This record gives sequence, C-alpha cells and structure tokens, in this order.
Amino acid sequence: MAKIIDETPRPTAKERLQQTVDSVQGSQVWASIFRPGSIFRKGYTDSPRNRSYVIMNSVLYHLHPVKVKRHAVKVSYTLCLGGLSFFLFILLTVTGIFLMFFYRPEATAAWDDISNLQTSVTFGLLVRNMHRWGAHLMVLTVFLHMARVFYHGAYKPPREFNWVIGVILLTLTLLLSFTGYLLPWDQLALWAVAVGTNMMGYTPVFASSSSSWRSTSGASARTAASADRCDRRLTE
Amino acid sequence: MTEIPEHLLKRAQAAREKAAGEAAQPAAEADSPAEADSRIPAHLLERSKAARTKAAGDEPESGGGVAVADKVAAAVATPAAGGGVPVGAGPGGHTQRLLTVVKSGSIQEVKAQPVDKVHTWPHLLAAEFVASLACLVFTFLFSIWVNAPLLQLANNNQTPNPSKAPWYFLGLQELLTMFHPMVAGVTIPGVGIILLIFAPYIDKNPSNKPEDRKFATSLMTVHLMFWAVLVMIGSFFRGPGFNFTLPWRDGLFFEL
Repeated sequence: MAKIIDETPRPTAKERLQQTVDSVQGSQVWASIFRPGSIFRKGYTDSPRNRSYVIMNSVLYHLHPVKVKRHAVKVSYTLCLGGLSFFLFILLTVTGIFLMFFYRPEATAAWDDISNLQTSVTFGLLVRNMHRWGAHLMVLTVFLHMARVFYHGAYKPPREFNWVIGVILLTLTLLLSFTGYLLPWDQLALWAVAVGTNMMGYTPVFASSSSSWRSTSGASARTAASADRCDRRLTE
Repeated sequence: MTEIPEHLLKRAQAAREKAAGEAAQPAAEADSPAEADSRIPAHLLERSKAARTKAAGDEPESGGGVAVADKVAAAVATPAAGGGVPVGAGPGGHTQRLLTVVKSGSIQEVKAQPVDKVHTWPHLLAAEFVASLACLVFTFLFSIWVNAPLLQLANNNQTPNPSKAPWYFLGLQELLTMFHPMVAGVTIPGVGIILLIFAPYIDKNPSNKPEDRKFATSLMTVHLMFWAVLVMIGSFFRGPGFNFTLPWRDGLFFEL
C-alpha cells in the first residue's frame, strides 16, 4: 500500500486565521454591511478615494443625495411611503412628548390621567387622537413600504443591508406600537396586551421578561426603546 | 417615454451645429488635414514631415490619415521599384497602413454611463413635503371626527369577550386557533422574520425586472396575503369566544 505523502506543509494557526478572516471579509454579507470606504472592508487602503466614499456612502447622503434618478422621483414609483413613515415617526414623537406632560405611567394614575387629558386639557383629546391614529397609520405605511421595496427589487446589491435594517425597524415599529397600546390602562389595553404577552410567553429566551411587562408597565420599556427609534430614518 | 434632460439636448444641438459647419468646408480641410487635426502637436507634425521627406526623397508629403491611405494605394499600384524600399515607405523604410479602427468601448470598460438625474431639491423634497402635509391633514381631520377609544379602567377580574390583540397581531392570534402557542406565536413568525431578513442573501437573481422575478414576486405575494387574510379574519370574522362570525350578521367585534 502506497503511502501518500503530502508535500505541502500544514497551514499554521496564523495562516488558518488569516484564511478565515479573508473568507468572512470576502462574503456578500460583510461587503453589504461595510460599504466602500469602510476601514473594515477587504483590501482597504487609506486613499483619497476611500476617504471620499465614507461620506458619499453615508446613510444620510445616501437617502438624499444631491441628485436622484428621474424615475425614482415619480410619486407613482415610491408612493412616498418611506418618507411618510418617517414623517409619522416625527409626528408621533412630537405628539408623544406633548402627551408625556399629562401622563404618569402608573397603574393607579394612568387611566385617570388619560381621562383628565381628554376632558380638561386644551387640545388634549385631539393630540391623543392624532397620536393613536398616527401610530396605526405608521404600522400600515411601514408594512406597505416593505412590500413596495420588495416588489421593486430595491433590496438587491449593494443595498442588502438596508433591507435588513428595514425589517428590524418594522419589528421595532410593531413592538413599540404594541407597548403603546398598553399605556391608557383601560380594558382594551390590558386584555389586548395580555393576549400578546401570553403568546410571547412561549418564546424561549424572552419568556420571563415579557410576562413581567404586564405587572409593571410598558412605559419603562418604551422609553428605553424610543432611543432606537432614531434609526427609523433608515427604513427609507 | 423618458424625457431627455436639457443639458444633453444642448450638447447634441452643439454637436450637430459643429458637424454642419465642418461639412460646409470639406475642401479646405482636405487640403491640409494635418493642420486641421489639432490634437497632434505642431512640432511633432513638422518632425514627421521632415523625416518622411528625407526618407522618400523627392515625394512631397501632405501627412495625415488621408495621405497615408493615398500612399498605400500608390504602393500597391506601383510595383516595388528597385526591389528594396517601396515608394510610399515611411520613416526608417517602414510601410504604414491603417489595419482597423478599434472603438474605445470595445476594449475599455466605460464605467460612467450617463444617467438621467434631477436635483433632489426641489424635485424630490417638494414632493415629500406635499406628501407629508397631506398626511398631516388626513391625520388631523380624522382625529377631529373620530375619537380614540378609552374603555373602562383595566380590571384583571373581568375578561372581555372576545379579548383581541392589536390588529397587527390578530394574524398571530388567528394562528393560535390552529396551532400550539409555541408554533403559532414563536415558530411561524420567527421563521417568517428570519426569512425576510435574509431575503437579499437568498435571492441571488440580479435582475430588477418584474418579468425576471416571477418566483420571488409570487412567493412574497403569497407571504403578504397569508398575513393580510389572517389579520382580516381575526379582525372582522371573530366574535365572542373568538368563534367565527359574519360581521354583517352579528356586527363588529373590533376596537382600534
């Protein structure tokens, strides 16, 4: 039986590590997250070109560059859904801050505060209505925006990661709207959220934390989550 | 039909005028093509002219592409005199002729294709502003006419019948009637979201055209319709005990 002798030396640990790093950095996922100009990109050099890319590929500039393609400006192409999602987010932030002045997130005070807001605060009812209908509308626009982006194939390279962020923001929108449902502390809020949290109770990791939401209040979770909302701009 | 931007139209107009102007005086150009072709520096033209005169001796030169073609024709027509250097030979005794013209696009990759673009301000921002105003007006009027619900104070001892989740989760609640909570509440939505997140990496089809992506489009449509239909059923067709009802017979059991 002939013994096969492999002449090539076995790769050292360092070489293997290098190979792994190269294959990760060469992958589509990596390239879609770290756009041209990123220092984490494969084969990065500190060149004027790459320095320019950092700004040219930045999210803000990407969303509203100096010039856009003519066909992309047509209202029938985007239906303004991304912009409307963002606008509704702004509207919800403004009306939400107004509502915060008249609301205490405690089980004993919440319902009375809302009732008081509706009856004796100037424009209180109107602002609350706008906040609520705006929230429902936003769930709708974000959902429709996702459908629009998919049907136009706008998630294709090089925008794969924009889509990933968009799906995460869709989930965040649903969850924040869900926690907002709890705040009035009326029968509708309590039992709607009860149904939802019972469902989430079966989630492997979040089971214990989700069931405790109901006994405390959604408000604390909301304030923590509202910081994440700044990313909503990325949905566009 | 897309509109051609003004600056491209202007450029095309200028090019046409230039071409017309050149066609008007072709005779003058033919006399001295070398002088007309400004791309070759004058001193190089002089040098090559001098070299050619020196090499060919008596033959007067005019230079340029037309002259070369003439020379080739002359060289072919006249048999090689003296057996050595042909009559129309260039500097160093070489015969030069034009073999082919290679256009730049066929060997070089031209990356910068002209794209029809407009300025974001005002073309896009104005539309966005109007859309947001319309949205604000809609929300405002709707809020004046329709009040947000505020039911009685939450009571843990009194379960309303039916108890429904917010409308966007009613699809999940509808699934609960069919599957174990672990499957309906975690597995199915979890798989759905993960597939959605990885869609760009799963879909390797580079085309954006609807006719090339029939499979992706139909799969997404089925997915969206799946949730939309479940939400509709959960919202409008579920009554007390979350049993099936008909909204036009038993009324709506639905609060926003």
